[in-house]
Amino acid sequence: MFLRGLRLILLASPLSLHASEPAVHEFLLDNGLKLLVQEDHRAPAVVSQVWYKVGASYEHGGITGVSHMLEHMMFKGTEKHPPGEFSRIIAANGGRENAFTGQDYTAYFQTLEKTRLPISFELEADRMRNLKLIEPEFAKEHQVVLEERRLRTDDQPRAKMQEHFDSVAYSNSPYKNPVIGWPDDVAGLTLADLKKWYTLWYAPNNATLVVVGDVNPDEVYKQAKKFFGPLKRSDLPPIKARGEVEQLGPRRMTIKLPAKLPYLVMGYKTPALKTTSDEAEAYALEVAAGVLDGGNSARLPSRLVRGQQVAASAGASYDLYSRLGNLFALEGTPAQGKTLADLEKSLSEEIRRLRDEPISAEELQRVKAQVLASHVYQLDSMFYQAMQLGTTETVGLGWRKVREYVDKVNAVTADRVQTIARKYLIDDRLTVAHLEPLPLPEGAPAPEERPTGGDHVR
Amino acid sequence: MSVKLRWFILLLLLNAAPAWAIPQIEHWTTARGGRVYFVPTEGLPLIDVRLVFDAGSARDGAKFGLASLTSGMLDTGAGALDADAIAQRLENVGAMLSSGVSRDSAYVALRSLTHPEKLAVALETVTEVLAHPRFDPKDFDREKNRTLLAIKQRGEDPGDIAEIAFMKILYGDHPYAHPPEGLKETVEALSRADLVDFHKRTYTVRNGIVVIVGDVKRPEAESIAENLLSALPDGEPQPPLPEPVAKPTAETVQTPFPSEQTHVFAGELGMKVNDPDYFPLYVGNHILGGSGLVSRVMEEVREKRGFAYSAYSYFFPLRETGPFQLGLQTKNAQAEEALQVAIKTVRDFIENGPSEQALEAAKKNIVGGFVLRLDSNQKLTGEVASVAFYNRPLDYLDTFTQKVQAVTKEDIKRAFKARIDPNRLQTVLVGGGAK
Repeated sequence: MFLRGLRLILLASPLSLHASEPAVHEFLLDNGLKLLVQEDHRAPAVVSQVWYKVGASYEHGGITGVSHMLEHMMFKGTEKHPPGEFSRIIAANGGRENAFTGQDYTAYFQTLEKTRLPISFELEADRMRNLKLIEPEFAKEHQVVLEERRLRTDDQPRAKMQEHFDSVAYSNSPYKNPVIGWPDDVAGLTLADLKKWYTLWYAPNNATLVVVGDVNPDEVYKQAKKFFGPLKRSDLPPIKARGEVEQLGPRRMTIKLPAKLPYLVMGYKTPALKTTSDEAEAYALEVAAGVLDGGNSARLPSRLVRGQQVAASAGASYDLYSRLGNLFALEGTPAQGKTLADLEKSLSEEIRRLRDEPISAEELQRVKAQVLASHVYQLDSMFYQAMQLGTTETVGLGWRKVREYVDKVNAVTADRVQTIARKYLIDDRLTVAHLEPLPLPEGAPAPEERPTGGDHVR
Repeated sequence: MSVKLRWFILLLLLNAAPAWAIPQIEHWTTARGGRVYFVPTEGLPLIDVRLVFDAGSARDGAKFGLASLTSGMLDTGAGALDADAIAQRLENVGAMLSSGVSRDSAYVALRSLTHPEKLAVALETVTEVLAHPRFDPKDFDREKNRTLLAIKQRGEDPGDIAEIAFMKILYGDHPYAHPPEGLKETVEALSRADLVDFHKRTYTVRNGIVVIVGDVKRPEAESIAENLLSALPDGEPQPPLPEPVAKPTAETVQTPFPSEQTHVFAGELGMKVNDPDYFPLYVGNHILGGSGLVSRVMEEVREKRGFAYSAYSYFFPLRETGPFQLGLQTKNAQAEEALQVAIKTVRDFIENGPSEQALEAAKKNIVGGFVLRLDSNQKLTGEVASVAFYNRPLDYLDTFTQKVQAVTKEDIKRAFKARIDPNRLQTVLVGGGAK
């Protein structure tokens, strides 16, 4: 009853939201550094991020993890600032800072009270060209990164499974390698590997500086020129194509490792916005992921978790902004008494429905309503805004793509979703992995199971 | 006057013009005794509404997991709406609803656009969810089973196992001891009637607070609060929790686990939210282990020795005394050594206090970065909810930086000596390095 009234409201809303779109100011320094500034005057704070066009997907065999290791070493000093001083200066200025490495980027950020922005610029400009990579610091940080790998991957059954899954789903795409690197590669990294990597990629003409906050764009440009302007540009290596070869049939794997619950991961090879010849395909895949997993009313929670009760949890995802072709991914945990096979069957059935039946007008409208609203919610986070600009610019799409998002999603039709499902969400493009838990050895009970135990296999 | 100079002055004026003030919290009590906290914001057409009840896992009694399952079931059916209908109504208008529990509290949070018709649908739905959850038997069985699986999954994570063991050894029989999601046998024993009863007793007007932060005016905020509370019973505030009792001697729990790292926690009872020593302990710990890469614990464990990716210490203030916790994870062979380094760091700090220089740096970090705690609607909502739920003074955010500035080296030394006895640390090791 209330739905009919609502649809009218939804159709009326896009215009009113567009009015609040903040402007992005783009500048290019002579040395090739691109600067993007977005104003947000709600609080006297600023986010500053430096994005380098290098990440795990730029790496070759034997040195996987080098981008991430280098990210760690970027805090270990320059001629001007000894190890650790970067962090101390930022801290003394009330700032928060960190860095992250992905398949397609390595990025460094600070959030600060707005008047401290030049401090961030001075330090980032310094380490862009003048990093001092030295042995004692490397030896210690190498151990830290090995601990990070143990923490995040080796001791996490699902993370470990994901790593094995990616290595099978992709034949030759560099996305087959983990961002943190394979164990032997990480252990074998040398200072020479890092120096080479730093020299190759860390240059103003391979970076984007993104600033969002209570700032004046022209003033930011002036400061950027002052600190980053004197840096020399580099001759960057050409980026060669490393397109994934065509998959010639479904792939299946079983992963056995100590765990308490089974787990399922499925992935269909799909193009990204950057790699498709028809961008509308990518936005249709985005909507398909929303129909499956965009909120509690979406198909997976509604039908698989609550309806059939075949999943304790289930999800779907698609990454619009990756540099190379990616996976439309599904994952889930079977409900009590259900098997991985049961869950796989149900997830496959949901994919079949996307292929065989057009999504309902109501569902499509709901996905669009959520996209519109979350666009406003995202504006609440300066950090998120900077992330979006940085990501799209760094993968080569250009930041303007972020501004097209709402309109492009709004243009997606049910027919289009069905077409891309038929084209991409098919068995020949599928990889499936089952995590079959091995018993955790004796003497390792979870505390809550100590009194009764009994029904758990160990 | 040169063009350049004129520009400079203009910029100064522009920068100085909208002088930022700490957002002011408006507070009132409804006719039925509901406490409301409101901050109007501008710039984005959105609103965050958060209700927080004294209905956290500390109110479970012997039924560990009761508060958590009650919270988790709120949006699985309410009044005439089933889970799909609730979700569809909210998602049709782009609203986001979430709920959850901690040891002290249970929250229900709504984020919506301020567009009047959309907001009305969202609020109406949340009002139903708050006041008339169905706890339908079929939904109850399903959600209980999902909770049991989540509890089972904790058993594959050495960090989770260690955290549970740590709170148990620290709190013994106190209501803070058990994990909010409960234990296998206590969740199995929960009945639908338990949830109905818990909801009736704790989701009440006088046992909670309403926080509204967003682009609405005071009269709208008043009517939003009034409507949200309209269907809830008056109820009574929950009685005070017992004071936790500190263990007189150091103890160690070791749980072998087939992981590459050993997770190590050490700590003891720390402080309350409204503790007279809150500021010296907070600022002191910022230096000791609370400031990430530049903290002393991180410096000793990670920067100097490469022992761990993450190493920290923190006070987790609760309504009653919350834990002081030292934590790290390291490869099994060096677990003991890393633990000793971390404990020695704490010991030295308690003995000698911070240097004047470190104290100055910490104050600069906290004060200079204070705005970063309030720079979005979402963060502001969280800060206001904390002020409101714990009955902190309304000027808490205004006076925060002054109180940080007033902390002296002697305050920190005294407060740490009074609270933390390195000879009474309770220690937990879980991993291949545990014996």
